Amino acid sequence: MVPTNYYLILSAILFGLGIVAFVFKRNIITLFMAIELMLNAVNLAFVAFSQSLGKLDGEVFVLFVIIVAAAEAAVGLGIIILTARNRRSLNVERVDLLKL
Amino acid sequence: MTGPIFIFLVLAAVAIAGAVSLILNRHPIHSALSLIVVMVALAGLYLLMGAEFVAAVQLIVYGGAIMVLFIFVIMLLNAGEEERTNFSTLATYGGVPLAFAIAGLIAAALSRAGTEALPAAAQGGAVSSTRALSMLLFSEFVYPFELTSFLILVAILGAIVLAQREN
Repeated sequence: MVPTNYYLILSAILFGLGIVAFVFKRNIITLFMAIELMLNAVNLAFVAFSQSLGKLDGEVFVLFVIIVAAAEAAVGLGIIILTARNRRSLNVERVDLLKL
Repeated sequence: MTGPIFIFLVLAAVAIAGAVSLILNRHPIHSALSLIVVMVALAGLYLLMGAEFVAAVQLIVYGGAIMVLFIFVIMLLNAGEEERTNFSTLATYGGVPLAFAIAGLIAAALSRAGTEALPAAAQGGAVSSTRALSMLLFSEFVYPFELTSFLILVAILGAIVLAQREN
């Protein structure tokens, strides 16, 4: 038996690493992967709570999160291709059209 | 140390190592491969908790489909090594304290919750089974489930419209 808190701590660590990656990386594709990492961390917490409370609703939510992540990846990568084509760079600091 | 806790610690170490490697690698393809390691470790954790269907979906959809899409795009754009630029002032003075603040907040909430408030995660499919999950998905959550098919249709159309060459 693994205590639920262990899963929650691991989930928090992974979410924090996702935030750190999102803040410090410069490549737009890597930023997108950081978002996926945070979604995975939340999924882990969902499944841990679902098992701990003995209800399956959390696992259903995880399936929905995965579906939404797939849709988001399709649209987001389309936007990335478009940006890379227009700006000739994958660096987010070069995408500064709205900057004063 | 009992068996499940040992397996948990190994898989957790693999997941954290993968996440750290995602941050430290400067090439996007290495970051993508590190993320696949994290996802496979998480699938192992779901199996450990007895959520076998979620583990399979995690492997097939996340580790398979979504990451293949990422690697396709990385290769399509011929993404090279990340440029080294100076950190923006906002990232240095706003981002780092923010990351620590969120980590502290989560740690405080976890330590206040206490260990006895939550029962240990059931192991080996005590409550979970694919059958019960599908019953729930197709009875109580059937409208959200049908809506997701619409969402995916819109996403496909959006991806096609976004990625086509205008001429």
